[in-house]
Amino acid sequence: MNIARAAEALNNQAVTSAELVEQVIANVAERDGVVKAFLKLDAEKLRKLAAESDARRAGGKALSEYDGIPIGIKDCIVTEGETCACASKLLENVVSPYDSTAVAKLKALGFIPTGRLNMDEFAMGSSCENSAFQKTSNPWDANRVPGGSSGGSAAAVGARLVPAALGSDTGGSIRQPASFCGIVGLKPTYGRVSRYGLVAFASSLDQIGPMTTSVEDAAILLQAITGADEHDSTSLPLPEENFVQAVREATVEDLKTLKIGLPEEYFNAEGMSAEVKQAIDASVKKIKAAGAEIVPVKLPHTKYAVAVYYIIATAEASANLARFDGIRYGARQEAKDLIASYFASRGAGFGEEVKRRILLGTYVLSSGYYDAYYLRAQKVRTLIRRDFEEAFKSCDILLTPVAPNVAFKFGEKSANPLEMYLSDIFTIALNLAGNCGISVPAELGSESSMPIGVQFIAPALAEAKLLKAARAFELLRGDFPAPQGC
Amino acid sequence: MSNTNNAAIDVKYVAQLARIDLAEDAVEKLQQDMQNIVEYIEQLSELDVSNIEPTAHAAALTNVVREDEAKTSFPRETMLANAPAVLNGETVKVPQVLPGEGIN
Repeated sequence: MNIARAAEALNNQAVTSAELVEQVIANVAERDGVVKAFLKLDAEKLRKLAAESDARRAGGKALSEYDGIPIGIKDCIVTEGETCACASKLLENVVSPYDSTAVAKLKALGFIPTGRLNMDEFAMGSSCENSAFQKTSNPWDANRVPGGSSGGSAAAVGARLVPAALGSDTGGSIRQPASFCGIVGLKPTYGRVSRYGLVAFASSLDQIGPMTTSVEDAAILLQAITGADEHDSTSLPLPEENFVQAVREATVEDLKTLKIGLPEEYFNAEGMSAEVKQAIDASVKKIKAAGAEIVPVKLPHTKYAVAVYYIIATAEASANLARFDGIRYGARQEAKDLIASYFASRGAGFGEEVKRRILLGTYVLSSGYYDAYYLRAQKVRTLIRRDFEEAFKSCDILLTPVAPNVAFKFGEKSANPLEMYLSDIFTIALNLAGNCGISVPAELGSESSMPIGVQFIAPALAEAKLLKAARAFELLRGDFPAPQGC
Repeated sequence: MSNTNNAAIDVKYVAQLARIDLAEDAVEKLQQDMQNIVEYIEQLSELDVSNIEPTAHAAALTNVVREDEAKTSFPRETMLANAPAVLNGETVKVPQVLPGEGIN
């Protein structure tokens, strides 16, 4: 049951929060043995929170129409009293003393933060294979990855274990796994959602967002977690908007007034699989037939986006992850003195990919290389941002693929990190430019029968427009299946 | 950027800067991986960026300030609960700071 339907059922007294929570617990017991999306799930705590919610509702004091609905939480978004390991050995037993703003806002509406969802360690990866604890599998095919880094969130929602989840997106970590698992994933504009309590990976790119089974649910969750926050000076003070209403009012007719841009460089990208191309082309055709104006646009610096990203994101990560030293919290390795303990704790606590990125970031920032790499990357970032600004002069929304391929098999890309990085080509430019984007399931691949998502991109802060377009596409597409047995 | 070409990355030195112990058998693969990635990112050198302003942040906010007022923080026991070692229930116990003979 998705959020909108659960809210309706709760308000009609057709279901209780206790029943919703029992359903999650049963789903996990039944199916998560294979999917392995949850790192932790405290059933007793959930039952207690559900009982409190039901009591509130019975007493006419429900916190909102959503009071009592369970929402899965990615392991890098902190919830008070729960572990927050970022799927890393270094933070395995660390318990958060506070709520992230996103979780606090969910709780204020009565949503029940549910468990800890697996991810690539410190959100570094595109397959969830970099988790120090377990490999999450794709609910559509247990031999394939769920994508990453929010792979646990995507798999949990894709497998219908929970109604919806929060993920985080630094270079595609919400949208790519959403595409791989056949669900909706929204990366809000940078600054739309507070990053307080989101363990920092690359601070100028990170953003929390919804992972859901419908565009309407994405709007509901965005509405719930958005807003300026005194704890995050990069969160933006913005006029109030009603995203849920915008989505509910959307119709297929809306497409007739939309100019949809197709970035040439994304459609001619090397390495795009035939079935992805076919799926995206088919979506474009449908949208065009429904009356949208399709315009070709150019994003000439697309081919530099991966390089820029892996300089900026690793540089920021090397600084952000410097705090993990095993002194005040985390797994400390005792050694002969303080410095030796830092080396040992970080050496033992971080996994291979995290080390690789910290080292790369340290290298590009090190003496003599700063101008050549980091500063240059920031300048090319300006060019990438300008590309988008230019493109949006001739269209309202961009339509692109999300990933060049459907979900790949375990181990297929993990041997070559660069190849893994290149698979982020369609998602990372948007983080660099600061736009918002959404992945919506389009169809099942003609060869693999795996889900393929289509990405819509809107200018910064145009979430209402983005969600409306995504909803119109969803209506045009019709129902999208759930994986077998889910 | 041309002066950075062909220079082999000294992974062990970079690991020193980053305060990370590397297993001896991990160095070779890391060296190769990083070399490949750096070669790839070298492609940025083909662009002329001489008159381009850098973008440090996606959202252009500056100087966000708050009122300078005293607020309660987390209780000590809450913050110490995650510490790997605690002294007298009051402070985080850290390894010996200055190198040399043990003081314990």
